[in-house]
Amino acid sequence: MFSYEFMRNAFAAGTIIAIICGIMGVFVIARNMSFLTHTLSEIGFSGAAFGVFAGWAPLNGMLLFTVISSVIVGQLSARSERREAATSAISALFIGLGILFLSLANKNASYATSILFGSVIGISASDVQQMLWLSILVLIIVFVIYRFLKFDSFDHTGARVKGLWTNTLSITFLVLVALSVSVAAQIVGSLLIFILLTLPAATAKYFAHTVGGMMILAVGLALIGVWAGLTLSYVTNYPVSFFIAAIEAVFYFMALGWQKMQTAE
Amino acid sequence: MTEPAILKLENLGVTFPNHPVFTDLNLTIHQGEFWSIVGKNGVGKTTLMRAILHQLRPTTGKVSYLPNAGGVKIGYVPQFRNIDSDYPLTIKDFVGLNLTGWKWPWLSRKEHAEIEHILAETGLTKLAKRPIGQASGGERQKAYLAQALVESPNLLILDESTASLDPVTKTELLDLVIELNQRLHLTVLFVTHDIPMARKYSSQYLMLTPAGAEQGPISGLTQEKVWEGEKNV
Repeated sequence: MFSYEFMRNAFAAGTIIAIICGIMGVFVIARNMSFLTHTLSEIGFSGAAFGVFAGWAPLNGMLLFTVISSVIVGQLSARSERREAATSAISALFIGLGILFLSLANKNASYATSILFGSVIGISASDVQQMLWLSILVLIIVFVIYRFLKFDSFDHTGARVKGLWTNTLSITFLVLVALSVSVAAQIVGSLLIFILLTLPAATAKYFAHTVGGMMILAVGLALIGVWAGLTLSYVTNYPVSFFIAAIEAVFYFMALGWQKMQTAE
Repeated sequence: MTEPAILKLENLGVTFPNHPVFTDLNLTIHQGEFWSIVGKNGVGKTTLMRAILHQLRPTTGKVSYLPNAGGVKIGYVPQFRNIDSDYPLTIKDFVGLNLTGWKWPWLSRKEHAEIEHILAETGLTKLAKRPIGQASGGERQKAYLAQALVESPNLLILDESTASLDPVTKTELLDLVIELNQRLHLTVLFVTHDIPMARKYSSQYLMLTPAGAEQGPISGLTQEKVWEGEKNV
């Protein structure tokens, strides 16, 4: 399997994605942002379609759209009571735009499918390199603002009372999620990206009780899903996103079952 | 009063559109005092706390912290936090959240020691590894208190923090607070509806009523006076 360059690239990219999603996912789950992450992935689809229409690399279109819209979403949803509705409206608008750009770009349906569902075959060594740099950038920012982000994510009330710059933190975090979405969409596709950004971390929270512990476990679970998914996809020729989605979902349901048994005891 | 003043409210007023919450409030709080802030719902107690925390800009007057040794650091314990039963962090980790700053992501040995110390002070050492989502109401309030105390504040605000606790747990928590108040000279603002508790623990009171504010030594506060103040519109 590793004799093919595209599989080596896919494994390298998958590893980067699993690490970034495991770490970011812990904050996504703590901040109850699963739905917003889903929206950002749809915006990513629209951005990729725009990239195709404009003759850019899809990743650049994705970066442009997700970063700009994460700032707008952050401003609109500063008040939590209107977060759901504002997010739905933006999500609807961007899916529509994505379809429009694809149609304007005169690309066929299979191209749309590869943006939506991801693909392992199309990843080149230079894609891997670009993903690596973006991921390093995200990790450096998380490293620098870690203590503030941790406090605000796990105890928003406490952070606000302390006078932390919670609004700026919130928008900074959304931009980081936008970058992670754009990176991860390369393999799992924009439609299923939120799997890796939510499920491993949601599973980890039932077994680990420190932020660092949750990150390690979430990265581990994401790595297992991505590596096993790529291998199974290579062997069976079925889509990689299906395997990753199924593996992560099974982990999550097992964690829920385990939690239920614990509380029943 | 020989202790230095640490917080001063001068002609403080907050007006929401077409609705004055309170006006012309003057108050000086000295280090080591234990104030109870009483008054019925909607009279502006939480608004006052937000003004004190500089989360809300007053319409008139000002809130000033008078710098004494080390400046004023505020610890705040709310009545309620959004913590579900599957909230993952342990009590120790939750308390450590308050150690922020441009520092390494991991806690230093000194910071670990600070957390251990405050857990011991609040009687939480044995519960340090329990996920806070699985802790009882009283244990949670103690953890909130420990988190507020971990940065060594000299002003502690208890914003109806005991309201949802049973009488025994409430007494336990306030016994702890008064002990810290006396031993460490921690200044306390206790927002409450519980007049007997206010009388038992505080040294001074501030009563907010729709007609204005009243303050004085705690011996002057009676349940009848609070009822009278609430009627007085």
